[in-house]
Amino acid sequence: MTPWERFVDAFFNREVIVQYLPAIGKGVVVTIELAVLVVISGIALGFLLVVLRAYRVAPVNAVIVVFVDVFRALPPLVLILLLYFGLPNIDVTLSGFAVVWLTLTLVLGAFAEEIFWAGVLSVEKGQWQAARSTGLGFGQTLFYVILPQAVRMTVPPLTNRTIAITKNTALGTVVGVGEILNQATTAQSFSGNASPLTVAAIAFLLIFVPVVYAGRWIETRFAWRKG
Amino acid sequence: MDGSVSSVPRSLPSDAGRPAEAVLQISDLHMAFGDLEVLKGIDLSVAEQELVFIIGPSGSGKSTLLRCCNRLEEPNKGTIIVDGEEITAPKANLNKLRQRIGMVFQSFNLYPHLTAQANVTLALRKVAGKSRIEAREIALAALDRVGLSDKSDSYPNELSGGQQQRVAIARSLALQPRVMLFDEPTSALDPELVGDVLNVMQDMKEGGMTMLVVSHEMRFAMNAADQVVFMDRGVIVEQGTPDRIFKHPEHQRTRDFLGKVAH
Ligand SMILES: Nc1ncnc2c1ncn2[C@@H]1O[C@H](COP(=O)(O)OP(=O)(O)OP(=O)(O)O)[C@@H](O)[C@H]1O
Ligand SMILES: [Mg+2]
Repeated sequence: MTPWERFVDAFFNREVIVQYLPAIGKGVVVTIELAVLVVISGIALGFLLVVLRAYRVAPVNAVIVVFVDVFRALPPLVLILLLYFGLPNIDVTLSGFAVVWLTLTLVLGAFAEEIFWAGVLSVEKGQWQAARSTGLGFGQTLFYVILPQAVRMTVPPLTNRTIAITKNTALGTVVGVGEILNQATTAQSFSGNASPLTVAAIAFLLIFVPVVYAGRWIETRFAWRKG
Repeated sequence: MDGSVSSVPRSLPSDAGRPAEAVLQISDLHMAFGDLEVLKGIDLSVAEQELVFIIGPSGSGKSTLLRCCNRLEEPNKGTIIVDGEEITAPKANLNKLRQRIGMVFQSFNLYPHLTAQANVTLALRKVAGKSRIEAREIALAALDRVGLSDKSDSYPNELSGGQQQRVAIARSLALQPRVMLFDEPTSALDPELVGDVLNVMQDMKEGGMTMLVVSHEMRFAMNAADQVVFMDRGVIVEQGTPDRIFKHPEHQRTRDFLGKVAH
């Protein structure tokens, strides 16, 4: 074999690819499911936390700040392993999928809260005063006046962070979640050939490049319009 | 909304010819930010349909006084009665009372994510409980009153400063307040846009609105104000008709201030 043929055989072996494509296809579905769930629940969690924080009840805020700092600081892999191997010791057994979902939700929730909060703080005080002076209550002001502005301002950093965290779904491979990378590494060890990993890389690109573009689109959509 | 007005009848300070009903009655108002005493016992009343004009050097507490009137700032002592109800009472229904007190800010403070019309309808819908259609009608009428009926779908960043301030006035007017507070409404405007806003205020005055105005537009005060109040370092130094305060001030502090402003 020429070096070129060896390269093609190692990374683009047609037989291996055809054989394992269905498995990797299943992995694609799992990855997408996991990613979508994480984005929804993570951002929802961040939003919920920032609403709570806005009420500025000191003990509640202290808890939120600690939560946010911890989950921003911990590498997600550590948390995944800790939950997956630790919880059964207290008779809580979660599937690998559930553990990865929970971990990434907490991490994204922490980052999203921090990003939203920066947005809330950057809305001018005059907005609160104007709204309150017309008789809107605290919660009404928060929901109709402050958060719409805060959220809009935070779209770019939030999109970036969301994409970065969602890519961590690949960590599921270490706890047996049948996502793309897991399927590909299994296929790789059975076939003794790296081609499934090439397919996995392409599959990740096919999923996340559109997400990056969607993020950019959202950013320009909301890029705004300052009063 | 507030059909019968049960104002507390009270005798007002001397000045002859003033109507006896005070829409806004401030008594012995004290306010401090920490150790910094900003208001040191303010007594002031604004009668029905009256325009009271406040002048005074920077830091004298004018904005703080206005913000106390709707309790955006919490006074330490004293009472404020608006339209017969004490807004400084611990159990005052602030969100209800605040609808009776319109407030216009130096920096407009329009909601940048909402159109002019939506800026006006927000409180109509959420606070006054108007239906979508009613709120829209009221908003369009209010925008028409400030000469901006053609801008109802514009966002604040598509409007000039003068137009933004007029939308802000419409936002307050739409709630049919009993008194309007203005905190330097023209100070952030380019000189050529000041007139538009002052015209709207003049028009409101002629329409019978009760107004408390902090501003440096002395010419406007000459024409439109019933009373001018000079404040300095947290107290009212003197008060009287525009003619008296501007032409024959009694106190040296007033003379000094007017001397500086004249240049
Ligand atoms: N939120 C605050 N915290 C602490 N001090 C404040 C606060 N707001 C105002 N002050 C202080 O209170 C004093 C009165 O302020 P205020 O804004 O009422 O003055 P003003 O008469 O409106 O002045 P200007 O003409 O500059 O608007 C000033 O010394 C100011 O620094
Ligand atoms: Mg001021």
